[in-house]
Amino acid sequence: MSNLKTKSRLEKVLAAGEFAVCGEMGPTRGADRDAVSRHAEDYVGYVDAVNFTDNQTAIVRLSSVAACVMAKREGLEPVMQMTCRDRNRLALQADILGAAALGIRNVLCLSGDHQQFGDQPGSKNVYDIDSIQLLQTVARMRDEREFLSGEKLEGAEPRMFIGAAANPFADPFEYRVIRLAKKVAAGADFIQTQAVYDVQRFERWMQAVCDRYLHEETYILAGVIPPKSAGALRYMKNSVSGMRVPDELIRRLAQADNPREEGVRICVELMQQVREIDGVRGVHIMPVMWEEILPTLVDKAGLLPRPQL
Amino acid sequence: MIVAERKPLNEIMDNLAGIGSVAVAGCATCVTVCSAGGEKEVSVLSSLMRIAAGQRGQDLQVVELMVERQCEWEFLDEIIEGIDQVDAVVSLGCGAGVQAMAAHFEDQLILPGLNTRFIGLPEQQGLWVEMCLACGDCMLDKTGGVCPVARCAKSCFNGPCGGSQDGSCEIDPDTDCAWQLIFDKLQKLDRMQILQEIEPVKDWSDSRHGGPRRIKREDLIL
Ligand code: SF4
Ligand code: SF4
Repeated sequence: MSNLKTKSRLEKVLAAGEFAVCGEMGPTRGADRDAVSRHAEDYVGYVDAVNFTDNQTAIVRLSSVAACVMAKREGLEPVMQMTCRDRNRLALQADILGAAALGIRNVLCLSGDHQQFGDQPGSKNVYDIDSIQLLQTVARMRDEREFLSGEKLEGAEPRMFIGAAANPFADPFEYRVIRLAKKVAAGADFIQTQAVYDVQRFERWMQAVCDRYLHEETYILAGVIPPKSAGALRYMKNSVSGMRVPDELIRRLAQADNPREEGVRICVELMQQVREIDGVRGVHIMPVMWEEILPTLVDKAGLLPRPQL
Repeated sequence: MIVAERKPLNEIMDNLAGIGSVAVAGCATCVTVCSAGGEKEVSVLSSLMRIAAGQRGQDLQVVELMVERQCEWEFLDEIIEGIDQVDAVVSLGCGAGVQAMAAHFEDQLILPGLNTRFIGLPEQQGLWVEMCLACGDCMLDKTGGVCPVARCAKSCFNGPCGGSQDGSCEIDPDTDCAWQLIFDKLQKLDRMQILQEIEPVKDWSDSRHGGPRRIKREDLIL
């Protein structure tokens, strides 16, 4: 284990060859002291790490760095999401240092949803650097002890386990693996994918990933979202760009007597299916506004107990 | 070219509250080509303003003027007489035109009649699209002649974000994903290897982020 890059629990679990489980939480829209603790019992012991979103869908929320600090107090291992939408290179590097100093050991570098989807579409976006350049920046700070300017860090380097997103369902399909290769070259230690519903397409993408041996250079975690209803799935299919949902799944939920139970069944099946695919090293469960279902999902997918490392 | 569109009539009229006479000044260059501030638009807007003034009970005299290029001082001298006879001017030039007039006619109130939108081109009759953000350090050599700075909603430099689907950008099904266009073009040119390389961070100091810009050409200075 001496070749671990960081003290991240997620890295430890993955390096030990365990099938990793990540969760996700969207911080509150108020300054609540219990923003994280109210969901903590649904997560502690059920996941290896939890993502905290960064103004997800461009809606203002409690900051991801603050949520991550609260999560640590609850005994959770936080993954700090960081988008390039809201901060320029100065603010991003400053927050990386701050987060690392506060004990946050995982970061997920993202482009971020465009602000037109959010509650303040009149805001100015930043996009000073893009998500691949952000990956490179964090890796450089950690490994070369250098800022983007080339100047040296003067104190401790941020020992972060660095993550990136990948969307096998977006277009152009042929470019999706090239983009992953770029993210790996830029320094992505782990990858979390967009939610998988179209397992066939995901498999095709993973095949291309393995053909380039990228699965040996980075840990790939497949994303899943437990669907609550046929309507929720239809919304994802029709209104979320870059998502693919087979009609068959929508039909199953539409015909179910208890859509929520069926949603759990679908999500568990998806987790079991992706687990069988070569190169997949874990799952990333995003229970958008349905946090309390997470223990059931992890349990039914046969992913308990979580390793105590 | 610079593409602009007319401000709402009410906004123009509100700006003219209490004014007795106004010149509507068009420009025969970019804004004529994009049908926002040419001779025809000057005439249409002037008529609309006369009607609106009547409805508002305002006694407003409207005269029509044309300038070859509002953004160059020498052309502005040609309309100096017309400008002197009115209380205010509504300029149908782009932002540079309005400012050139405001600087040149020191004592005159110059109001914008257009919203200057972007540097772009007419994709089809009646449809203009943005092409360039004047970033100051053109990278079209690396992107198959498609600008990711202006045409990608997130100015991604290293390929399409996760929202690109069926050729469209995540923000709008009617807007092309710039990176799909880049991908297609580089594939046609057989220059896909460019897409494998990581594009380093951009130096924005050449753009507006470096402060207001100037170009000084010693060889041309008299
Ligand atoms: S790269 Fe810069 S200069 Fe070139 S077209 Fe795009 S915005 Fe304009
Ligand atoms: S969908 Fe394409 S154009 Fe739109 S933000 Fe993403 S990469 Fe840019």
